[in-house]
Amino acid sequence: MKLSLGPLLYYWPKQTTEDFYQQALNSDADIIYLGETVCSKRRELKARDWISLAKALNNQGKEIVLSSMALLEAPSEVKVLKQLCENGELSVEANDIGAIQLLSEKKVPFVCGPAINCYNAHVLKLFVNQGMQRWVMPVELSRDWLQKALTDAQAMGIREHFEVEVFAHGHIPLAYSARCFTARSENKAKDDCELCCIKYPQGRITSTQEGQQVFVLNGIQTQSGYCYNLLNDVESMKGLVDVIRVSPSSLDSLTTVQQFKQQILGDQQIIKHDNLQCNGYWHQIAGLSLQ
Amino acid sequence: MELLCPAGSLPALKTAIDCGADAVYVGLKDDTNARHFAGLNFNDKKLAKGAQYVQDHNKHLHVAINTFAHPGEQKRWFNAVDKCVDLGANAAIIADIATLDYAVNKYPELELHLSVQASATNTAAIDFYQKNFNIKRVVLPRVLSIHQVKQLSRNTDVDLEVFAFGSLCIMAEGRCYLSSYFTGESPNTVGACSPAKYVRWQETDNGLESRLNNILIDRYQSNEKAGYPTLCKGKFIVDDQLYHALEEPTSLNTLSMIPELMETGITSVKIEGRQRSPAYVEQITRVWRAAIDSYQQAPQRYQVKKDWDAVLANVSEGSQTTLGAYHRDWQ
Repeated sequence: MKLSLGPLLYYWPKQTTEDFYQQALNSDADIIYLGETVCSKRRELKARDWISLAKALNNQGKEIVLSSMALLEAPSEVKVLKQLCENGELSVEANDIGAIQLLSEKKVPFVCGPAINCYNAHVLKLFVNQGMQRWVMPVELSRDWLQKALTDAQAMGIREHFEVEVFAHGHIPLAYSARCFTARSENKAKDDCELCCIKYPQGRITSTQEGQQVFVLNGIQTQSGYCYNLLNDVESMKGLVDVIRVSPSSLDSLTTVQQFKQQILGDQQIIKHDNLQCNGYWHQIAGLSLQ
Repeated sequence: MELLCPAGSLPALKTAIDCGADAVYVGLKDDTNARHFAGLNFNDKKLAKGAQYVQDHNKHLHVAINTFAHPGEQKRWFNAVDKCVDLGANAAIIADIATLDYAVNKYPELELHLSVQASATNTAAIDFYQKNFNIKRVVLPRVLSIHQVKQLSRNTDVDLEVFAFGSLCIMAEGRCYLSSYFTGESPNTVGACSPAKYVRWQETDNGLESRLNNILIDRYQSNEKAGYPTLCKGKFIVDDQLYHALEEPTSLNTLSMIPELMETGITSVKIEGRQRSPAYVEQITRVWRAAIDSYQQAPQRYQVKKDWDAVLANVSEGSQTTLGAYHRDWQ
């Protein structure tokens, strides 16, 4: 099993972002995804900066993949997507079906990202024919669902044509909206948001009136209130999962990658989770549950 | 511009047709559609009757097959497509790529509409579905501004259907997992958001509490009107501020936008609410029929009538309506 660092979902200053990726080069991650996947107004790094950063990181022992935006509404956003798809060197994680269209036209191999609705082997087969090399399973699916989909894929003769990646650590991206919830939390209009996401490098915590942490607001994206953590589930991924994804939230995420590495290598340890962590989706129960 | 109304039951279907709908959309009695609720939708017998009623009145029937096929159980979704064809329905509304692929290969003549649950919001995505599955129409997610809808209409020859009225999804449909995060069940996997079986109401010293899978969604004082605990419409706390962090209980209402929708060349306006009663269907259908007719008779003089708004407010969530994402201010 390999380890990946998913795309940075938060909005960090340019220098912080670049420093993070320099550190990431020395981490246990085998694959690094990078690019803005949440909001096109976040331009500390513009598309061309992401592409040059990605190219600079390439050929240093890691597989580098450019990630595309999940929710594309304006023609200008499709233009940026084209820029990514035409980078000429790196593969792309498609987070909208529009990206698959552009990438398959250009015959650029791609990763099917978690924000694409690929729920069964028929869809996997179609995507394989269009150039998919890796599938990041939708975040709400379980081990059981994955196993069934892969059994079908085996029967269809396509299992060997793609890798399987699972979102295994971090606050889970659960929804995308036209509305910016971070701007709303500051009583600002989206058009006049002053890029306030930069003030919340790990999003804004949102709780019920009883204090239960239910969401993390991250611009137009709503994340799980609890941190997803499949560290204790690595054993049950063997034979099914090829890549384990850690979603970066700070430099600590590189330590998390290291912990997963240790779990893979066999020093299986049961790690005690605190009550702000969850693993429900993998066990086919409510996502926020912990089993 | 087609007026497309919801029908969760045979009486609702008949009411919609009688009150002026050009077309109705329905779902089968299983998890192949995104309103998979107890007591709702059509078994084979009712569906045959409904299809006959629609045909007898020269109207159109659309069948929603808009959840995602479970691995190993694809047959249920494919059977739904077979049924749709056997009935002589005018269109199938499909979200899952596997189901689209089955439909276009087996029934090249069947008109395919891309469900809102497929979440196609841009020209590249629409291209994908048009080139691969020859979709005739796309139902647009409620995340686009009217300006963005206009840009899309200029850049695609696929027909556009938009949501015109009803409960407001504030997330890009088909890509929202909030419901399964709370309950394990989502629109994509089981065909329901914030399912009723997880809802609990409790009178407490703090007021009436609504819960979803035991998670507190909202609290109401005796003078407040309580609403269904759809989880994105609850009151939550961000940094000591208690408010509707995502959205208020409110309904989408675009009556005032009819002229713009017409000028944009929108093919169909869709009324949400297969889960609602025939009485709801009747009121909404009558108002929308009157509004569209009024515009068509005298486009220049079109105005939203006060009694239309009053009727719609009465059947809206929290008695409030909004233009939603169509208007940039909402975003």
